Amino acid sequence: MSLKVSNLHVAVERAEILHGMSLDVAPGSVHAVMGPNGSGKSTLAYALSGHPRYSITSGKICVDEVDITNLGPDERARAGLFLSFQYPVEVTGVPVRQFLRTAYEAIHQVQANPLEFSQKVKKEMSGLHLDPSFAKRSVNEGFSGGEKKRLEMLQLSVLEPKYAVLDETDSGLDVDAIKLVAESIKRAQASGMGILLITHYPRILQFLVPDQVHIVTDGRRVKSGDVRLAHYIEQHGYESFQP
Amino acid sequence: MQDTKQFQQKNIEPNPVAYQYMAQPGISLKLVNEISHFKSEPEWMRARRLHAFDIFLSKQIPQWGCGLDKIDFDSIHYYMRPVEKRATNWDDVPQDIRHTYEKIGIPEAEQKYLAGVMAQYESEAVYHSLKERLEKQGVIFEDMDTGLRKYPEIVKQYFGTVVPTGDNKFSALNSAAWSGGSFVYIPKGVHVDIPLQAYFRINAERVGQFERTLIIADEGSFVHYVEGCTAPVYRADSLHSGVVEIIVKKGARVRYTTVQNWSKNVYNLVTKRAFVYEDATMEWVDGNLGSKLTMKYPSVYLLGRGAKGNILSIAFAGSGQHQDAGGKAIHGAPDTTSTIISKSISKETGRTSYRGLVSIPKGMTGCKSLVVCDALLLDVSARSDTYPIMDIRESDTVMSHEASVGKIGEEQLFYLMSRGIKEQEARSMIVQGFIEPIAKELPLEYALELNKLIQLEMENSVG
Repeated sequence: MSLKVSNLHVAVERAEILHGMSLDVAPGSVHAVMGPNGSGKSTLAYALSGHPRYSITSGKICVDEVDITNLGPDERARAGLFLSFQYPVEVTGVPVRQFLRTAYEAIHQVQANPLEFSQKVKKEMSGLHLDPSFAKRSVNEGFSGGEKKRLEMLQLSVLEPKYAVLDETDSGLDVDAIKLVAESIKRAQASGMGILLITHYPRILQFLVPDQVHIVTDGRRVKSGDVRLAHYIEQHGYESFQP
Repeated sequence: MQDTKQFQQKNIEPNPVAYQYMAQPGISLKLVNEISHFKSEPEWMRARRLHAFDIFLSKQIPQWGCGLDKIDFDSIHYYMRPVEKRATNWDDVPQDIRHTYEKIGIPEAEQKYLAGVMAQYESEAVYHSLKERLEKQGVIFEDMDTGLRKYPEIVKQYFGTVVPTGDNKFSALNSAAWSGGSFVYIPKGVHVDIPLQAYFRINAERVGQFERTLIIADEGSFVHYVEGCTAPVYRADSLHSGVVEIIVKKGARVRYTTVQNWSKNVYNLVTKRAFVYEDATMEWVDGNLGSKLTMKYPSVYLLGRGAKGNILSIAFAGSGQHQDAGGKAIHGAPDTTSTIISKSISKETGRTSYRGLVSIPKGMTGCKSLVVCDALLLDVSARSDTYPIMDIRESDTVMSHEASVGKIGEEQLFYLMSRGIKEQEARSMIVQGFIEPIAKELPLEYALELNKLIQLEMENSVG
């Protein structure tokens, strides 16, 4: 049982960006993937979720032993994978609560009890310091950067995926917002979700201790270790890992 | 059988030769005479019809727009007795239309009414309590033929004053051959608190080919009139040409909602216009889903200081369809305000056009106008055009115009699909979000049906 990435090669418009990436994220664990700009971190996130522009040229992705390498993005989500977007997309005219419910029902293949579901959404929203009126707004339309990231976290907790890939969810947030995100991640982790936390800055790791830290440069995982590796990066940067 | 009984009560001697004649396609002076005679109309209406027929013959088919010369006027049935209209057999209604009724969950009785199998939707119980309430308020709500019979003076005073017979070839045709439609009068200060729906009218002929509607909202009154329905309306006839005239007096407000879904063989050419007086408000909410070709531009003539006109137009064109829609606002008084918001969606080889006019003549100071037209293309073969005309002759005017054409973006689709939503559903979510500003103005059941219909259309596109 894990989110298992084996020797993944990923190309965008025929240029290979990831050159054989392997990871194994167990349920209830947090893995941080760190690396400088352009190292292939976001490519990893998109490739895992099945973005059509990122083609997997070899290697394998498994969710709890189910091979999802050749599945579409919606099928991957139904297999239990979630991506928190670095740049969430606006969907005009679709209110947050309708979006959440449609997504929940699609992922879990059930009819949600409307009352129970809306109570659950309300509860998770208050945990993220979101006003109840937030549920009526169109998805990401006119949202501030912080609101967008909090909607991603709201989805994380409401949609209950098995594994979540967080693509720089902490970037562009102030300290209070980062704390909120870290709390969300910890709650998700406690519920048994496996988390792949992609981040450029080690700052969020002050509030959240990852089980493992992986350093990625130039499309390869160059070093793995525990949280001390993140502390090292904080002091010395990525320079010593550059090829 | 009810219809037959009525004819007997009216002691109209049926002329078998004439009826046979009426069943023939094509229009002639003789037929126009027959229609008027059959309806026992006053002489002035007969004269008006004959005059209109002359104008119809003399007017050219509009050359702008979308190939109306394909209409074969000689193959069209212009009038049929109501008894004949029931001749349609449920089995003759095309499978896809019956299928759609089932999918959007319309009760069987209503399905049959909509498909023209039943002459009248059996909603009498609902209708009677409504009718009693309306009568107490002094509201008149009849089909146009009954209106003419019972209130000839009011009809004579207003009929053809908003849309003159000679306005265009199709308004002339309608004026010559009209049948059915609604006649509505709202007395001073009366607010009708539930929407008046055309299908509640008792004894009404069902939605006609050449329906004629006249609504008069007296000072300070309010009414919301709902025409047609979102369910597909099957007609073997290939031409629908209605005229709607609305008079909104001082301080009154009228909202007129249409969602047309004619079967895809129909040319739908409708003239809709409202005269809006001092501090009055006219709102057109106009949805176009069906028909082969629709040409319809609901208009507001703002004729008194402070008058307001809002036009919301939504069009969906699937394969082989052309929706040529929009709106017109003529500012005929100072300090008047107009808003035209148009949203269109084109799928496969579907084509939508926005055609609009805002006219502010010199001297009409303090006017405001906002025009927004957004188009969404679902396929590379889909097409959308805009023909906005702004004729602004007065410098003391606030005018703004926004237009956009978009496609469903890869990123938007990926975002929704990454949440487990299938591509088809994701696409229809995006489309529904796009039309939401207009859908929310519809009565709830219409909005729901509209969403379901668009979902169906989207499903069909994926196969």
